[in-house]
Amino acid sequence: MQVLKKIGLGIAVMLASFNAFADYAWNFPTPATPMAADTLHVHNKFMTITGIIFIVVLAIMIYAIFAHRKSKNFKPVTDKVPSTAVEIFWTLIPFAILLLIDFVIMGIPAYHSVVMMENTRDKATMVIKITGSQWRWQYEYMDGDAQGIKFVSNLSTPKEQTDKGFKGVKDEHYLLEVDNHLVLPVGEKVRVLMTATDVLHNWWVPQFGSSRVAVPGFIRETWVQVEVPGTYRGQCKELCGKGHGYMPIVVDALPMAEYKLWVAAKKEELAKAAAGADKVWTKEDLMANGKTVYEKNCAVCHQVTGAGLPPAFPALTGSKIANGPIFGADGKYLKDGHLDRVLNGVRVMPSWKAVLNDTEIASVITYERNGLGNAVGDVLQPAQVKAARQ
Amino acid sequence: MSTTTVAHHEEHADHPSGIMRWLTTTNHKDIGTMYLTFSLIMFFIGGSMILAIRAELFQPGLQLLNPEFFNQLIGVHALIMIFAALMPAATGFANWMIPLQIGAPDMALPRLNNWGFWLLPPSAILLTLPFTLALFGIGDGALATGWTFYPPLSVQGGIGVDFAIFAVHLLGISSVLGSINIIVTLFNMRAPGMTLMKMPMFAWGWLITAFLLVATIPVLAGAVTMLLTDRHFGTHFFDAAGGGDPIMFQHLFWFFGHPEVYILLLPVWGFIPQILETFSRKPMYGYKAQVYSLWAIGALAVVVWAHHFFTAGMPVPALLYFMYSTMAISLPLAVLFFCWIKTMWKGSMSFETPMLFAVGWIILFGIGGLTGLVLADVAADAQYHNSYFVVAHFHYTLFAGGIMGIMAGTYYWLPKMTGHMYSEKLGKLHFWLTAISFNLTFIPQFFLGLAGMPRRIPDYALQFAEFNMISSIAAFVLGFSQLLFVYNIVSCARGGKKATDQVWEGAKGLEWTLPSPPPYHSFTEQPIIK
Repeated sequence: MQVLKKIGLGIAVMLASFNAFADYAWNFPTPATPMAADTLHVHNKFMTITGIIFIVVLAIMIYAIFAHRKSKNFKPVTDKVPSTAVEIFWTLIPFAILLLIDFVIMGIPAYHSVVMMENTRDKATMVIKITGSQWRWQYEYMDGDAQGIKFVSNLSTPKEQTDKGFKGVKDEHYLLEVDNHLVLPVGEKVRVLMTATDVLHNWWVPQFGSSRVAVPGFIRETWVQVEVPGTYRGQCKELCGKGHGYMPIVVDALPMAEYKLWVAAKKEELAKAAAGADKVWTKEDLMANGKTVYEKNCAVCHQVTGAGLPPAFPALTGSKIANGPIFGADGKYLKDGHLDRVLNGVRVMPSWKAVLNDTEIASVITYERNGLGNAVGDVLQPAQVKAARQ
Repeated sequence: MSTTTVAHHEEHADHPSGIMRWLTTTNHKDIGTMYLTFSLIMFFIGGSMILAIRAELFQPGLQLLNPEFFNQLIGVHALIMIFAALMPAATGFANWMIPLQIGAPDMALPRLNNWGFWLLPPSAILLTLPFTLALFGIGDGALATGWTFYPPLSVQGGIGVDFAIFAVHLLGISSVLGSINIIVTLFNMRAPGMTLMKMPMFAWGWLITAFLLVATIPVLAGAVTMLLTDRHFGTHFFDAAGGGDPIMFQHLFWFFGHPEVYILLLPVWGFIPQILETFSRKPMYGYKAQVYSLWAIGALAVVVWAHHFFTAGMPVPALLYFMYSTMAISLPLAVLFFCWIKTMWKGSMSFETPMLFAVGWIILFGIGGLTGLVLADVAADAQYHNSYFVVAHFHYTLFAGGIMGIMAGTYYWLPKMTGHMYSEKLGKLHFWLTAISFNLTFIPQFFLGLAGMPRRIPDYALQFAEFNMISSIAAFVLGFSQLLFVYNIVSCARGGKKATDQVWEGAKGLEWTLPSPPPYHSFTEQPIIK
């Protein structure tokens, strides 16, 4: 008895220490949407079924391994094929079991899940558009009160933490934090339109159970209906270049009343920013704003110092484009000039037209021409960018 | 070549020596040895790449690699392991064993055989050269898109993509040549009396593999050529702006890519039953059922490709079709598993290293197969897709199901090929180290995937730290255990206890009737099968 008690105590301690490792996750995270709940349910069911098959087959095999050994002088039988009716019956059983599992036990619930997952339109009360770009997400509200709200969401983990060889303490949500969260109302079915500007991306929040590839030039759709208020985190899940690991997703699910307040506040903020495009900015303000925009959006490739990562990502310091003229004699921006390059991109360089507003483009261009070791001396005003867009 | 002018046909052993022997050889055993050696070398090159990656993923934060370099390593690791380690190993065994098993003096097309092999080293060089070029400031390194070449990322990529495209072309030509040779050999060179339904199972596995290769490699070649013209000649096959579609590439790629999985596995499904019957001292159970199952799997292989990208967006009927057809693959596989286990059942088993690998192979490949069944479900696939769950799944099929199978075959035939017995003690140690560290590497990755860790990321959030650390440590044990394998093979080739003709007590088949090692030219007189 004493021995049994000791063993029991040992197991209890072992289990307790197991619990202490709270970071070990053994299954999908807690679902927050009906789709994720369904996915978890289907997953658990299938895992149980396949687990049982595995254990039964393994048990039969292990029995044979121990019982039918040469070292135990077991005499081999010489059956080659099922010969009697009984044997044929037993042979057909695994086939029948799998037929049943594949197309009934697993097949029928799987059918309903697929239909539910692909039904993006029924009962959807709002539409948002998500655009993936190297390496950030852009969110746009397409209808309702929030129509017109549009912003970019960038990784906000401090750069020194993601740099090679960082030894200090990392943030709690290291690599899973962004500057602008996507905000969704709780309980509403949101139809999500998905696209991309450059390469394939995949918008994936594990607790939502939906993931869909964002394809440049096409619209794909899925839906999300968050049932529980809270903050949800996810990541891009389609290899999209060197920043693939650095484009997280953060979603705040708010109760309707709070969501409405957020919409009002966000609209006001965006209106202010738009108004900024019409005033004349000083060079200092543009430079200060430009530095922020540059480090958030451009430094991934062109580096904080402007040195770039040649040959893939050219240096801006001393570059022909950043030191050349922006506008031609006719007052229009030059093809392959600085503004053209930022607005429209070329090859690996993305187009920023849809991502940055007039003020941000004007600031970052002014910063690139007068900072980063360049000293062209001119200033680009937001109004000029606004005009250039037309 | 000497054989064209020399009149005495009874003895052709006067081949050139030194490097010229290997460059000009048309002997199936020489070419088989070269394939196997090449495969072993590339296994270590691909393996060291992944160890660099596991070292980086040992803990959160960037320690050793830049994200760009990380992305290059994952793609080249996969291409090397699939095209330069696993496929040549299977072709090496085919070269060595198919003529011996069917009683033929050599392969049907020996010169083509030589060419097929010598295309491989240049393509391996093409694949890895961009790493070296980048050191000298030319280009920005190797292909960084993952082994799947998905556009538009691959259209955007640097010269590494072009190198990889040409490497794939060469590898593809080599595979098609090898396949044609095997098909011709099997249809024309079987010993009198050996009907198709009396062929050894390994020959059957390879025959279906060869048909799959001939059917699908041209599609891959077409797809990557379209990619090449998109990159350099202004076509828009995969660019929406010009009326193309990036997802079309995925359809073309996986039309090749899914059969490719069976191309890697079918030869193994061929010789594992032979190993089982040898060490169970009992004839293979359900030969016909196994042959028909192999055909069924070969046929299903070419109609299920889209399950590799369920999340890319498809109409509901297409999703349902690809889901159910994928699940259907489990039916012939269940028959195979049943036959394998029934072959062992009531046998008189002994557990030498090949048998250990074969039994371990059944269990681990079983895990790969069952998780594949779960992955077929479209709804849950939204979670699994491109997560570490998938990484763990396909390593259970390709490392356990492919490479551990090849190891079983190596230990099984090594005494026949070299004429010496390998060290059974080291072989068993190698098995246990491989099996245990393999599981410790990849079981944590199942949980990482479920918890939400995407694949192909160079750095990860803190909640994934513990499992990644276990996986990395185990990966290093797994990697270094393979040195035992090399040591065992090399010392076996150099000497050791003489092997008998039959080698294994229960071994049956024509290859075991020849001396160990078989003479340079075997079966100068055709054996007759009753």
